[in-house]
Amino acid sequence: MSTASASDNRRKAPAGERVADWADGRLGIYSLAKANMRKIFPDHWSFMLGEVCLYSFVIIILTGVYLTMFFHPSMNEVVYHGSYTPLQGVQMSEAFRSTLNISFDVRGGLLIRQIHHWAALIFLAGMFVHMMRVFFTGAFRKPREVNWLFGFLLFVLGMFTGFTGYSLPDDLLSGTGVRFMEGAILSVPIVGTYISMFLFGGEFPGSDFVPRFFSIHVLLLPGIMLGLLVAHLILVFYHKHTQFPGPGKKNENVVGMPLLPVYMAKAGGFFFLVFGVIAAIAAIATINPIWAMGPYRPDQVSTGAQPDWYMGFAEGLIRVMPGWEINVWGHTFVLGVFIPLVIFPLVLGAIAVYPFIESWVTGDKREHHLLDRPRNAPTRTAFGAAWIAAYFVMLVGGGNDLWATHFHLSINAITWFVRVGFFVVPVLTFIATKRICLGLQRRDKDKVLHGRETGIIKRLPHGEFIEVHEPLSQDQLHTLTSHEQPKPLELEPEVDENGVARKASATQRLRVKLSKGYYGEGNQIPKPTVQEYEEITSGHGHH
Amino acid sequence: MSSQDIPEETLPSAQGAHEGAVATAGDPFADPGLPPHEHRIQDIDEQAARRSERVVAMLFTLSMLATVGFIASYVTLPVDKNIYVFPIGHISALNFALGLTLGVALFCIGAGAVHWARTLMSDVEVADDRHPIEASPEVKAKVMDDFRQGAEESGLGRRKLIRNTMFGALALLPLSAVVLFRDLGPLPGTKLRKTAWSEGKMLINQNTMQPLRPEDVQVGSLTFAMPEGMKEEDHDFQQEIAKAALMIVRLRPENIKDKRSLDWSADGIVAYSKICTHVGCPISLYEQQTHHVLCPCHQSTFDLSDGGRVIFGPAGHALPQLRIKVNDKGYLEAMGDFSEPVGPAFWERG
Repeated sequence: MSTASASDNRRKAPAGERVADWADGRLGIYSLAKANMRKIFPDHWSFMLGEVCLYSFVIIILTGVYLTMFFHPSMNEVVYHGSYTPLQGVQMSEAFRSTLNISFDVRGGLLIRQIHHWAALIFLAGMFVHMMRVFFTGAFRKPREVNWLFGFLLFVLGMFTGFTGYSLPDDLLSGTGVRFMEGAILSVPIVGTYISMFLFGGEFPGSDFVPRFFSIHVLLLPGIMLGLLVAHLILVFYHKHTQFPGPGKKNENVVGMPLLPVYMAKAGGFFFLVFGVIAAIAAIATINPIWAMGPYRPDQVSTGAQPDWYMGFAEGLIRVMPGWEINVWGHTFVLGVFIPLVIFPLVLGAIAVYPFIESWVTGDKREHHLLDRPRNAPTRTAFGAAWIAAYFVMLVGGGNDLWATHFHLSINAITWFVRVGFFVVPVLTFIATKRICLGLQRRDKDKVLHGRETGIIKRLPHGEFIEVHEPLSQDQLHTLTSHEQPKPLELEPEVDENGVARKASATQRLRVKLSKGYYGEGNQIPKPTVQEYEEITSGHGHH
Repeated sequence: MSSQDIPEETLPSAQGAHEGAVATAGDPFADPGLPPHEHRIQDIDEQAARRSERVVAMLFTLSMLATVGFIASYVTLPVDKNIYVFPIGHISALNFALGLTLGVALFCIGAGAVHWARTLMSDVEVADDRHPIEASPEVKAKVMDDFRQGAEESGLGRRKLIRNTMFGALALLPLSAVVLFRDLGPLPGTKLRKTAWSEGKMLINQNTMQPLRPEDVQVGSLTFAMPEGMKEEDHDFQQEIAKAALMIVRLRPENIKDKRSLDWSADGIVAYSKICTHVGCPISLYEQQTHHVLCPCHQSTFDLSDGGRVIFGPAGHALPQLRIKVNDKGYLEAMGDFSEPVGPAFWERG
């Protein structure tokens, strides 16, 4: 009787539940779901930037696997007899020929190729903007420093994956890019020529770099990136998402909507939106028309040669650097090429190590889950803006020929502007950004104390015109005043209370100085106090 | 613990015991707690909700139609058909049709899901607690104890011989992997110093593939040449042309400012390496009035009337010149290889 009813129960359970039971007995999915199915995700438009990266990465993997079915990573020389008539009878590598076949003979091949390339550009751009979002809101602070580094590594690896990827078709443009890389490698003191010979299997271009880049591009780098990506996402789940300050939002809670159903529908749907937009772009905008450039020959080149945008910064460094070369003891220091090669990782690294510098300066060891508004962290915001300024000055340098031809400027003048600008523009940007931040802080303070400007002008009986200010709601008052304003560090007195002289170390002095730069007088506008607010609102108001 | 079992009253707004709520009276900046949920039109008007439902269903239907369109385009459109689409221009019809139908099919699923989530799913914001990530002191103490015990049981600290030899073995092992990479390529040797040019090799015009005569080279034109005997089909053609590519211009002898350059010319014809000394792009832009050549990659500019000297840009040294003469048969020929390595500078260049 009892066994019969038990089996009755089992029969009654729906099929889905029985599958779930089966899986739970082996994988423990119910405990996993208990913690995550209704996990809360805060909502803000900027949080979708990371999703753009994730989805474009998935799109790149999907389309990339398809492309490997048709691409031949070989540099064997062949003569073309395919359906693209302008290149009939032209000598080319098998890599180039198979790329032509993908573009002209495989139905939909061109579309997948273009989706792959567009998605790669969007992936890199998405990572850049996502990184800036995280930077300017202070989301990198404890406990998320490690995830910041994972994200940074993904960005750097993404650049190299992109570079090795667009070099594969062995066309005239990408071959020129590879030649540039070889020239840069040759500039490395002592080991440069050896690295070059080992990388290319002999002299440039040789017949090895396409198959070698292929395994780096489809296996080595994406494999590492996939691992980093999974780790990045696990940490996002584990740390829970940050949120902007506001009513009811605290450092100890996370306010938003549950994963199932809202976030799943929004985020899942967003994948299709991203994919759909990229597919439409690939339908209407040609990218990397390798057939127009032709196969690579080391003695040929086209004008206006430009790398993909994310390499433009490195391109700028190499273009504007003066051609310094020092010959001593029978050896050549190719500083004109080697210095840019060194500056490239240094500039990227500056943004990567920033979280650790900031936490050292501020001495702040607490967890932070509430985001900063950029204006409330003027020094950090100014540093980030200066970094972007340096980056974009170099992008201008990387496209100096296009600037010259499109705006009818002298290429020499542009190059000199970039040379000077690389040092000057970030400094000016730093100063300007900081002032703007402080100005915005003052405006927030005014808004809190005097209310919102309504734009309504009132004429008083004695003829005076005044503007009506509307007091803010408590929600707004709280949001505008909830940020922290730490005090700068002070040097400990040189003589302590026992009369023992204790000199502060140089690092300690530096730290105190930097701390003043962050939080000292003039570097943040004191928040309005309750007392100030009450003095102004009681009696002397404009209403 | 998941959020759905957090009752509303734990939210700060309703939490009577929460300090914020008490202080609100005295502190105008205090946290007022989560704002009350505002209903959307779909929450209160079933008609509006049904409208949203229809929009979502329409988007999903549109996606289905687009997928059918994708398959139809794939089957019916020839792969080599081009069409004119304003304002894009002439593009592949198949690519255009496949891309747009795929785009619509994907986008509509996304738009449908997002519209569904925004208008019909609950938009009540709830709060979930965060927990500090750092372990409690008890947990930490337990972990430390466990580790100490494990380390002690292994005897790693006590048996130094085991420890040292193990570290030695592990440190040496990766050397095998390093050694394995030796055969990635040959050693540089003098490869970067030599090109295919040698004494007596005629200059072959790259356009006509015929030997060049001095009278073929006019003032104001830039001619590209390669050494005789090189063929495009050769297995090492790419490596050789990467070094041997040559550009030739005719100058009036009185315009040649550099004396050595004049000595190495023939009838006012000077021959320079085409490979930029910066990072190796082929130089291909010639300014006939000034005899400047410009590399289109990084804009290094060289003066061919002055020994190939760098006058602008990132290149570090002059273009190597090839010494040429007119032979008995009236053809241009090389009098030897370049006297210095061509292309980008490197450590051993000296």
